Amino acid sequence: LGGSCANLLLSHSQITRLYSRFTSLDKGENGTLSREDFQRIPELAINPLGDRIINAFFPEGEDQVNFRGFMRTLAHFRPIEDNEKSKNPTASEPLNSRTNKLLFAFRLYDLDRDDKISRDELLQVLRMMVGVNISDEQLGSIADRTIQEADTNGDNSISFNEFIKASFVLTLHTLL
Amino acid sequence: MELFFNPFDNLVCILLGISFTVWFTLLLVFIIVPAIFGVSFGIRRLYMKTLLKIFEWATLRIERGAKEKNHLLYKPYSNAIIAREPTSLEEEIKEIRRSGSNKDLDAAPEFEMSDIFYFARRGVESIMDDEVTKRFSAEELESWNLLTRSNYNFHYISLRLTVLWGLGLLIRYGFLLPLRVTLAFTGVGLLVFLTSVVGLLPNGSENKPKNGGICVANHTSPIDVIILASDGCYAMVGQIHGGLMGVIQRSMVKACPHVWFERSEVKDRHLVAKRLSDHVEDKSKLPILIFPEGTCINNTSVMMFKKGSFEIGATVYPVAIKYDPRFGDAFWNSSKFGMVNYLLRMMSSWAIVCSVWYLPPMSREEGEDAVQFANRVKAAIARQGGLVDLLWDGGLKRGKVKDTFKEEQQKLYSKMLVGTQEDRSRS
Repeated sequence: LGGSCANLLLSHSQITRLYSRFTSLDKGENGTLSREDFQRIPELAINPLGDRIINAFFPEGEDQVNFRGFMRTLAHFRPIEDNEKSKNPTASEPLNSRTNKLLFAFRLYDLDRDDKISRDELLQVLRMMVGVNISDEQLGSIADRTIQEADTNGDNSISFNEFIKASFVLTLHTLL
Repeated sequence: MELFFNPFDNLVCILLGISFTVWFTLLLVFIIVPAIFGVSFGIRRLYMKTLLKIFEWATLRIERGAKEKNHLLYKPYSNAIIAREPTSLEEEIKEIRRSGSNKDLDAAPEFEMSDIFYFARRGVESIMDDEVTKRFSAEELESWNLLTRSNYNFHYISLRLTVLWGLGLLIRYGFLLPLRVTLAFTGVGLLVFLTSVVGLLPNGSENKPKNGGICVANHTSPIDVIILASDGCYAMVGQIHGGLMGVIQRSMVKACPHVWFERSEVKDRHLVAKRLSDHVEDKSKLPILIFPEGTCINNTSVMMFKKGSFEIGATVYPVAIKYDPRFGDAFWNSSKFGMVNYLLRMMSSWAIVCSVWYLPPMSREEGEDAVQFANRVKAAIARQGGLVDLLWDGGLKRGKVKDTFKEEQQKLYSKMLVGTQEDRSRS
């Protein structure tokens, strides 16, 4: 665990805390978390995008996540410190960099993991966020407008680069 | 034949006999008799003070050990990974939009792809730490109290600390536990279970519940019942349990009128409500003791009060109960431990220390419905006991959260989107 932890740049006490959290969520006590374990958190269960967020923890096609995977995903949300940039310029980009945070958000939209957000996918995620309170037509026009503004290469879907440009990267580090 | 009677055996028998007699005499003189007459020797206060000093020393040793290894110590409440300020959905999304784009907010479109960050952040924060699930397991302590069960820093224990811990183990299991077990068996005939209820400090005794009233309190363990019952007589209402708890419940019914029911039985619920209202109307009957949370919470918060007892319309006498967790955790995690296991843990802790506050009686005001009344009482209890006032249902210990909460969030967000459109069409 030590080796992969170096990349995550979490302090020892943060890791201890996360491990304690992991074990308290792991009701089956088998060292992995399932989707049900996450859904037992009430504040997450009432989050409109709860299911999408939970999904981000599970690699393609798998139903269990171990502690390493748990930490990797959560490491995206550690605040960026400026002094880290100078520490090791040759190391691969730290998980919680701005780009990786945007990638996390992009993947929340990209339901089929094909690296593009289609109109359909955008609609589905919008529907999750608003519930039954907005009509199909209104939602459709919102989706159309969003794609129109973001799509620069005319393929009627939003790629990751287009997503980055559409969402402003300037002060992202204050958000997460 | 006589060759088999070793003089040594005789000696052992005599010694045993003497020690038993001494044991029981000490018990009687120091504990039972004073308890009956309400006299205190001050031993308890001294005991508590010594224990606290030892705990502080132990924590310092652990911190020193941690510093030697150059690690930051894991502390349950400080070193929080997230810093959260309470803001509303609308404010936060506006903040996200504002910090991102250079566009003028009035001309901002209804939906931004960045809005997803609000939900993503909230979701991940709740995965790292949430307000609810931690209420159903024992509270984490700031300083170690030499019980293995409450230790999270076991990497840093020095030799001296281990010796102390071993000593503590000996005292607790060799002296305190047998002491309390003997007391328990002695007392069982009178249906009195004595753990070591040290330092019972009731305040506001002029507000003690009277006949025809309902006493509500926050619930942490079955000991709550014992504590309140030792200070006044009540008729109790509660869920039927199996096992040892069930035996106690059934025997209690033989002595006094109590109301035990099965919560999942809908028919039972209406019946119980009827019985409760009949009971309070009869002014000669004892006040009812009820725990509206419906389940044991770990004494760091007060969770949603079920409105049933607040609909009846009688005067409510709120009681706040707060345990001092440093000496022993009284919380009963009923999904993890059975009754016997729980009692064993109770009896082998250092002590159970609890404060009881009797609050001034409250009644339902004009234009207030049962839920608002319940929340008002809950806020008063939380405030007095220094507990966190939560709106979440204690039933979440075992069940899932209702979808209506998610729908509320969705409605709020939709209003943000659609609302802007309405403003725009107006201008």
